[in-house]
Amino acid sequence: MSIAFATIHELRKQLLAKEVHPKEVVESLLDRISSVDSRIKAYNYLHPERALESAEKADVSLPLGGIPIAVKDLISVRGEPCTCSSRLLEGYIAPYDATVIERLRAAGAILLGRTNMDEFAMGSSTENSAWGVTRNPWDLSRVPGGSSGGSAAAVAAQEAIAALGSDTGGSIRQPAAFCGCVGLKPTYGRVSRYGLTAFASSLDQIGPLTKTVADAGLLLEIIAGADPRDNTCEPEPAPSFSTKLGEEIRGMTLGVPKEYFVSGMDPEVEAAMQKAIAHLEGLGAILREISLPHTPYSIATYYLVATAEASANLARFDGMRYGRRAPGCNDLLETYGRTRDEGFGREVKRRILLGTYSLSSGYYDAYYLRAQKVRMRIREDFLTAFRDCQAIVTPTSPMPAFRLGERTEDPLQMYLADIFTIAVNLAGLCAISLPCGFTQAGLPIGLQIIGPMRKEETVLQVGYAYEQSTSWHTLRPPLG
Amino acid sequence: MTYEAVIGLEVHVQLKTATKLFCGCRNEFGAEPNSRVCPVCLGLPGALPVPNEAAVIQTILTGLMMGSSIRPRAKFDRKNYFYPDMPKNYQISQYDQPLCLGGEVSLPVLAFPKDAQKEPQALAGKKVRLVRIHLEEDVGKSFHLENCSGIDFNRAGTPLMEIVTEADLTTPEEAFALLTTIREILRYGKVSDVDMEKGQLRCDVNISVRPVGTEAFGTKREIKNLNSISAVRRALKHEIQSQIELVSSGGTVVQETLRWDDARGETIPMRTKEQAHDYRYFPDPDLLPIRTEGRLRTEAERRMPELPETKKSRLRETYGLSEYQASVLASDPPLADYFEKAARSTRNPLTLANLTLNDYLALRQDSPDPMSIPPEYFGQLADLVSDGTLNSRQGREVLAILIQAPRPPKEIAQERGLTQISDSQVLEEFCREAIAANPKSVADFKGGKAAAINSLKGFVMKKTRGQANPQRIHELLESLLREP
Repeated sequence: MSIAFATIHELRKQLLAKEVHPKEVVESLLDRISSVDSRIKAYNYLHPERALESAEKADVSLPLGGIPIAVKDLISVRGEPCTCSSRLLEGYIAPYDATVIERLRAAGAILLGRTNMDEFAMGSSTENSAWGVTRNPWDLSRVPGGSSGGSAAAVAAQEAIAALGSDTGGSIRQPAAFCGCVGLKPTYGRVSRYGLTAFASSLDQIGPLTKTVADAGLLLEIIAGADPRDNTCEPEPAPSFSTKLGEEIRGMTLGVPKEYFVSGMDPEVEAAMQKAIAHLEGLGAILREISLPHTPYSIATYYLVATAEASANLARFDGMRYGRRAPGCNDLLETYGRTRDEGFGREVKRRILLGTYSLSSGYYDAYYLRAQKVRMRIREDFLTAFRDCQAIVTPTSPMPAFRLGERTEDPLQMYLADIFTIAVNLAGLCAISLPCGFTQAGLPIGLQIIGPMRKEETVLQVGYAYEQSTSWHTLRPPLG
Repeated sequence: MTYEAVIGLEVHVQLKTATKLFCGCRNEFGAEPNSRVCPVCLGLPGALPVPNEAAVIQTILTGLMMGSSIRPRAKFDRKNYFYPDMPKNYQISQYDQPLCLGGEVSLPVLAFPKDAQKEPQALAGKKVRLVRIHLEEDVGKSFHLENCSGIDFNRAGTPLMEIVTEADLTTPEEAFALLTTIREILRYGKVSDVDMEKGQLRCDVNISVRPVGTEAFGTKREIKNLNSISAVRRALKHEIQSQIELVSSGGTVVQETLRWDDARGETIPMRTKEQAHDYRYFPDPDLLPIRTEGRLRTEAERRMPELPETKKSRLRETYGLSEYQASVLASDPPLADYFEKAARSTRNPLTLANLTLNDYLALRQDSPDPMSIPPEYFGQLADLVSDGTLNSRQGREVLAILIQAPRPPKEIAQERGLTQISDSQVLEEFCREAIAANPKSVADFKGGKAAAINSLKGFVMKKTRGQANPQRIHELLESLLREP
């Protein structure tokens, strides 16, 4: 079997035993990429020479020594482009490393390339990319989810051992569910955002996309922890998240929110979910119905808060200092207008307009301020729920991967794809998505396990117990 | 009908910190353009701000010095507008939860422009209330060249403190006095050098006029970005006059933002109310709220200096100085400290103050490091002058030598033969000689011209090479001339 098919844990064993050399790992991945990526288009760009060079001098004794990692194209890597899949950032070369990149380097990881995404992380299908769509490895006519669709597809298609994504409203978990891999959104403040191009600063978190739960824990351990360059990052060092892997979940109470079993959910997803619940009960967990009464408001709340923050975060992209500037403009206003009109895609413009509107004088109280209040209620819902359970289980997405173009004309339908993931960001919690079955057509279905703030070890423990007693994670897409 | 002006100020002050407000770049003036920049202050994708505590402490200290209430919880907000010198196209500022609320600044008479001090009674006791003091980041600087423009981002992200006053001012002179007073307080707190040349103090003014005796405010106009205290006075004078002319000829003032052209002495419209920005303030999600209670406030309290007004009254009471003497000393805290050290070595601090303000300040100008005179020598010198051993001219001569090479002043005086002749017998000889040699002056004096005595005094001073005690000569000459 190709080295590219290995997990981080498997590869580490082989590297330490000197059964493989880091260079062979990189070469194997490059081979895999050249044979499948023309169909998937998971990567925006690769750095074969640089990756091979790092492989030559890799120190395999380090926690990620010699392991290639793919990085979503919105995290700053010194000397590399960071396009955020936007035309506006064409030509920009980042002059600094994000904190997570520094930590990957210090852990010995090899940076292989940059993965595709929805422009500025705005979208749920990776169709909003200036560089073209990424396809779902399980069905090339379907989307990989988004916005970290490139990272999820790369991991699922065995074009990456693991990848980093970012999650603002489900952008790690939803593509992980669509592509049949594992995606972890850490607690807000767990991982430094320094170097992550901001979409919505109070919601964004960087997290791992991996082939297994154990790999997600390992990768999170490397990137998490205090960072003086991010004021919102937790000041304490990150604990070891993997300590509870393998501990049984017998007697643990898991909540099942009744509001998450809504009409309109895909019946195959619902059936898979019921099976997963029964399976967890079989492992000794106590499943209990809980209520998160403010759930119906989460999408509206999210689209007010996230777009407001985005409208300011994206103001800096004006072509003045870096990136693409519209040519032939006669004055300042025309330069701003045309640069941003030509540079941003439709969804990005829509969200900037929404956010600008909700912050405008006369509307602020009714929209932004009200949304912040509802956000507090959503957070309180979870705090109350977590008095009675240690974790919450839900489907990651109400439907499996949809067809390319199916929802692009109806933004509201697209926004509904994130209905089960958004509240987790609004409440600042941690959550993992892992495979829990397939549809008859062979599309993966994701199980989401939500934990209280700073309880990553719990969601990893439950996820690991489920994963190790099922075989979904061993299935691979039919790519040849 | 007579009109009065209603004026409020927004004073922007660059803080003296080692680094910028949200990154580690040096906060310094005059460096090579774009050499003090990093991903954070250039607003590169992914860069995040982290507050500089020193700037927060200095703002709290300013609030303490101006009697503001320090808010236990403050936050930073984003102020959104597009401009090329602003890297993120939003400015991190403070909107509805600033660090300091309220406060008050009293205007001392001597803070007014010299030509306005003629009626000190009318000026005394004026107080100006503050609305708030907040902290924000400064923007870069645009340069417009012949065919292109350039931006220097060295200033972008440096800490800027904004002091907003109530509309308590009524004249350009009061605005002048307020800014002079604020400048002195800020220098006392070592919060800013307030160097106008370097643009460390910039001011926006809001002006309206109303008939004297009425309460309602007129429509205000704002003049932005005045960069010196005297320009504020000139701009206000011009604007008040033009508003009064407009209103009294039946016109109405339209809300407007103006720019002041100091060279031409006129205002230029920038934008009208319709063009006003909607800044869409909202809390900056990258920055945690600031809790001032505890360490930040304690540190500000620890740095709290004696304030200028307190120092002035203490100098007056302790050393018997005049208002003017106390003010001049207090305007230069290192000089005041030096004076107080020297005062410990003299019996006559008033003479010391005269020596300091009349002679020392004049001599100091062309001397590299005048403070090198040990303060006790300076005190001893004051004693030599006050007890008549040296006259004031001789005192200055010794002082000049002291600045070059510090030694006990008594030694210098003896060595140079610079002791004053006060011995009446010796002086009487010289006075008789003067009377004998100047019959015309004697006749004039006796004829009722009291001033004629001065030429006789001059004769004695000349004969004694300036060493005679002028007071004694005067007394001797008078008594000799009155002899029958």
